[in-house]
Amino acid sequence: MNDTETVVEVSHLTRQFRGTRALDDVSLRIARDSITGLLGRNGAGKTTLMSLLTGQDFPTSGRIRVFGEDPLENAPVLARTCFVRENQQYPNNFRVHHVLSACANFHDSWDRDLAAILLADFDLPRNREVSKLSRGMRSALGILVGLASRAPLTIFDEPYLGLDATARQQFYDALLKDYAEKPRTIVLSTHLIDEVSGMLEEVVVLDNGRLALSGSADDLRGRACVLSGPIEAVESLVAALPVLNREQMGGHEAVTVEVRPDQALRSRIAGMGVEISAVSLQTIVVQAGLAARRSQAASTTEGGRR
Amino acid sequence: MIEDGRPIFEQVAELLERQILDGSLAEETQVPSTNELAAYHRINPATAAKGINALVADEILYKKRGIGMFVSTGARDKLRTRRRDEFQRQYVEPLLAQAERLGIDQEHLIVLIKEGNRP
Repeated sequence: MNDTETVVEVSHLTRQFRGTRALDDVSLRIARDSITGLLGRNGAGKTTLMSLLTGQDFPTSGRIRVFGEDPLENAPVLARTCFVRENQQYPNNFRVHHVLSACANFHDSWDRDLAAILLADFDLPRNREVSKLSRGMRSALGILVGLASRAPLTIFDEPYLGLDATARQQFYDALLKDYAEKPRTIVLSTHLIDEVSGMLEEVVVLDNGRLALSGSADDLRGRACVLSGPIEAVESLVAALPVLNREQMGGHEAVTVEVRPDQALRSRIAGMGVEISAVSLQTIVVQAGLAARRSQAASTTEGGRR
Repeated sequence: MIEDGRPIFEQVAELLERQILDGSLAEETQVPSTNELAAYHRINPATAAKGINALVADEILYKKRGIGMFVSTGARDKLRTRRRDEFQRQYVEPLLAQAERLGIDQEHLIVLIKEGNRP
């Protein structure tokens, strides 16, 4: 990847808050015009990373480049960036239309027509005070701002709080439609991996402040599978394979292995009474997080012994 | 429909192949665009494009400049031949394995197939 294809580049980024390391030596890149899922458990460091990328926080150490420059106090970079926070605060007495005109002034690429369409789609009352909107309506307003900004780098932090399944689907459809019309770099931090997994091109998984996994969503999807059947048969198959997870019940077991479920594997299991099943992106992400935690715990104990 | 456990670009390619095989996408007709596929299946347009490009590389589809992607002449036969080769591994081998597990001998299996084939 050369510089014109990279929008975000982070190297050895650490953010320490007193006793806790919210981010610990994280290095990653986000490709131009991709939709990237920023995934991980609560407290993994997702919001800290997004705040740092948008110049709203100071790194303890490490380097951040957004559009090739340091985002801190950098107006040209920030004007091309839109960060929709999970709990965005607006000035007191701000009404919905105030938010719209403020954003129109701030974002060069603000799309008035799209804002009007989304306002109608999400049934947002133009004249209501933001503080009097329901939780779901405030989320919808954030989504509207993120999409209508058409910012070259748009970051959504869990943008769906209080939205029901229908409204979330509206968001996903609107996002895909507008992205198809005007490709741009979108980072979507979310817990609802199953809901969005099809939309993601790239995935970044944080765990406990560290990078647990990153790569193309489709590559990750294809790289593991579950072998299940009688314990003896499954064990004979997985003996030489990288095992991610193992669950047993009675004489039956299900083992997740980091192997492509290709024809070679299918031929090997023929007649053994073993079944191959697919592993969802969600499962891969969860297991990557757990694996990162185990190796972190192991290295801490080792360090203690020294 | 698209499921989550396998690379989505492969599934996009398979869906189009299936439509070419059953004739719903005839040869020399235009296939849906990347954005149409993305919107319909709610997937990333780049992933949909990767599925289409896999079929272009296989010469199942070809690009008409400025218009879009079309089904190549001969694509259906090509896919049929390929699918026949896979049939043995994908269907016959698992069928035999399962029959053995259930204690169905080959003669009985042949009877079952003939019965299943009766209109």
